[in-house]
Amino acid sequence: MIEQIVFYAFAAILIVAATMVITVRNPVHAVLFLVLAFFASAGIWMLLEAEFLAIALVLVYVGAVMVLFLFVVMMLDINIAVLREGFARYVPLALVVAILMVGAIGVTVGPANFGADKVAIPAPHAADYSNSQALGAAIYTDYLFPFEIAAVVLLVAIIAAIALTLRTSRQHKQPKTEMQLRARRADRVRLVKVSGTVEQQD
Amino acid sequence: MPELKLILPELSLLALLCCVLLIDVFKRGRSNDWTSTFGLSVASLLIVLVITATGWQAERIAVFGGMYIADPLATSLKVFILSAGVFALFYSRDYLARRGIVVGEYYVLALSSVLGMMILVSAGNLLTVYLGLELMSLSLYAMVAMQRDASQASEAAMKYFVLGALASGMLLYGISLMYGVSGTLDIATLAHNIGGVRDGTLVVFAMVFVLCGVAFKLGVVPFHMWVPDVYQGAAAPVALFISTAPKIAAFGMVMRILVEGLSPMRPEWSAMLAILAVLSMAIGNVTALAQTNFKRLLAYSTISHMGFLLLGVIAGTNDGYAASMFYAVVYALMSLAAFGALILICQADAERDETADFAGFAKTSPGFALLVMMVMFSLAGVPPFAGFWAKWFVIKEVLAAGYLWLAIVSVLFSVIGAFYYLRIVKLMYFDNPDGSVVVGAGSDMRAALSFNGLVILALGLLPTWLMTICLVATRTF
Repeated sequence: MIEQIVFYAFAAILIVAATMVITVRNPVHAVLFLVLAFFASAGIWMLLEAEFLAIALVLVYVGAVMVLFLFVVMMLDINIAVLREGFARYVPLALVVAILMVGAIGVTVGPANFGADKVAIPAPHAADYSNSQALGAAIYTDYLFPFEIAAVVLLVAIIAAIALTLRTSRQHKQPKTEMQLRARRADRVRLVKVSGTVEQQD
Repeated sequence: MPELKLILPELSLLALLCCVLLIDVFKRGRSNDWTSTFGLSVASLLIVLVITATGWQAERIAVFGGMYIADPLATSLKVFILSAGVFALFYSRDYLARRGIVVGEYYVLALSSVLGMMILVSAGNLLTVYLGLELMSLSLYAMVAMQRDASQASEAAMKYFVLGALASGMLLYGISLMYGVSGTLDIATLAHNIGGVRDGTLVVFAMVFVLCGVAFKLGVVPFHMWVPDVYQGAAAPVALFISTAPKIAAFGMVMRILVEGLSPMRPEWSAMLAILAVLSMAIGNVTALAQTNFKRLLAYSTISHMGFLLLGVIAGTNDGYAASMFYAVVYALMSLAAFGALILICQADAERDETADFAGFAKTSPGFALLVMMVMFSLAGVPPFAGFWAKWFVIKEVLAAGYLWLAIVSVLFSVIGAFYYLRIVKLMYFDNPDGSVVVGAGSDMRAALSFNGLVILALGLLPTWLMTICLVATRTF
């Protein structure tokens, strides 16, 4: 009973916070609501006995990523008026799509398919069950191959980030030798035909 | 270790990629040289090509708990992807060297994208599909954005990234629903479990989301919005890269997810694909008529060709899948040559990407004009070239499967599409040159492009050997 109350409380906070993220005008407030949404989902994961994921979500997302995000948002000068341009024009189409989607999701992902009577309630784990141990064992045995690919994706992200942001040319004022060597005579010198005679004027 | 032996192509490509990355750090400023990043990247791809070809498996073998599949389809698609990658690097080098862009990361990202495609085509689990797809796409986003000083390129990269992330989100949502329905992410088990599901609506609902993700990667209508903008904004070699090897990989993704994983739902997805195919052929071909930018024209042509590619999958037979695979490979070849022509005429200061830039090309350089004409005829589907056989095979299979209306529609739009390809030929042969367009490409680029054109002609004269490979590759489905 208490578990249900806690679940509904967290779920309500999550939905309200997520809605606020996309509706508030101030981007800093939006980021803070996102933090709240993460906290609420961490709480729900805790109810599902996924302690490791819940803690990782709070530590990594709330502790590190969102703080960084907050800094970035504070540094950027975001013009809300420009972002909201054309909002009214797209509302009717967006509403139609949204209503269709909500209807379809309601019909399919409702109690008819995922109701409490359809899925057996998993047995609770023993008190000394280690979530992180189970996760580690799964990652390094059954999921070794995807885990390694995820590592390669991170490597590529690093390479891409460096390639896109490192600007060596701005950091020193050396002349660009390759540009100088590539210069051809035709680029710099223009021959102009000048007639040798000067017309006499009366 | 038999498992490691099977994933040797991916392992060796990853190892070589890391080596190239390290060597690039010490050879900074010379990355377009034959002895530096470019040469090493091409050598890496060729080494992996040999390793892949020698590791041919006649039967389907699943390793790493079903995460990785080695079968004829995976091996042959990898060989085609790697070959397309080698060509793309050749063309890129010429462009980058001529425009004075010296970035070794370009080649490294191209290699990592190829690695992602290889993982994608031999994925045996929806998790591996997703990770392979992300590895491929992430590298492509970065490659588009690489030309930092061009605002058009940044805009294109941003669009590609945001829409790509949206498509990935759709795909993930679909995958999570699939998991909810079937209790597994393993593709082979998925096909088995879905067959026994009581209520089909939930599976169809999940499938719609997965299909959105797949359609986005193929670039078919109505998930095509990104294609023209990205092609136009990206540098010519990047657009070339995006339109070749990833299309072959996307075909592999269709085979793995739809044909293998969702085989019990074939009537449903083939009906959805039929809508996508007709829309793509219609909107792609009709919109291309109005384009004056060569890159946008090729983008809409890609959209229509992807519609054609789907025809074979809709047919739903082994021969149909083989015809689609043939189409994917031939399309990649033609797209290489078409963008190659664009790189051929690009200048040191700017790209020449208007169709009008080809005016009088036959007078300034008759040899390459002949080549571009061949490519245009092939794209239009005129008989002696490979493009004709690609269209012939898919239409034949779709007829054999009883979709007469689909065959008629595709032929109709193919005729409409011929107009804009022939307009390029008309521009080259019957219009007067304005004298500003000259072929500035180096001898390696000229040789590669000529070889590319010859392959298109040779495949048009002898299409059976490639078709035999495609038939062997799709035999196990």
